[in-house]
Amino acid sequence: MQVIDAEYATRTRLTIPSHYNGVRDGLRALLDSVLLRSLPEDGRGNAEIVLAEALNNIVEHAYAGRQGEIEISLHLRQNELLCQISDTGLPMPGGTIPTGSLAASGESVNPPEGGFGWHLIRCLSKDLAYQRIGGRNLLSFSLNTQQSPA
Amino acid sequence: MQLLAEQRGEVIVVQALGDRIDAAGAIQFKDRMRELTQLPSLRVILDLSRVAFLDSSGLGAVVAVMKALGPERKLELSGLTPTVQKVFRLTRMDSIFIIHDQLPEDLLPAKPGQCR
Repeated sequence: MQVIDAEYATRTRLTIPSHYNGVRDGLRALLDSVLLRSLPEDGRGNAEIVLAEALNNIVEHAYAGRQGEIEISLHLRQNELLCQISDTGLPMPGGTIPTGSLAASGESVNPPEGGFGWHLIRCLSKDLAYQRIGGRNLLSFSLNTQQSPA
Repeated sequence: MQLLAEQRGEVIVVQALGDRIDAAGAIQFKDRMRELTQLPSLRVILDLSRVAFLDSSGLGAVVAVMKALGPERKLELSGLTPTVQKVFRLTRMDSIFIIHDQLPEDLLPAKPGQCR
């Protein structure tokens, strides 16, 4: 009989300071965690892309240069990685997540230099949700760890 | 991010020596690339084979470098690792660059003991 400890390394929490180097160091630590190391290479890559975009957005827009903390909580459940990110910065404008649509394709003469972040998040995640509760932004999404949806 | 630039004939080959081009390093990357590509050349190839990760800020910086080269000089990329390749593909930026699987044979640095 095989005993599987269902709770073994299925949860990881990390708090980082709200600047870009904090995000870089935080991503390194998360990617090096037992939890994310247990994912297939493709799932790990997707997690790094989506987490990086979500965290950089918080540094750039929610805290906008001010000091603060960002809490990241990851939970692996079957083939899904559930991600929750919270901060005490400014609320999302309009209380909703940007659509993240890319500029018109075929724009090879003057391609955009930004606006890719939410597009990448939406491409690679599902169940994307945002709430503002008691002065905190709560962003949650899940990632399929087995196969890239894109 | 350290960048190694070498002029090989009509081509400037820049090798990214760091493992990521991200929000923390995007501006510095962009500025250094501009300095390194000031000398005239027909082509500029950026070798990304050591870069394991690139976020949307890094992607924006690569696009800005391409624009700064002007219409006469294309920025070519080589050696995209899987996650970097995915970011280019999902944002459709793979269609605006010439992308090589690896550095073209004639541009590879000479191996020790090899006459070229």
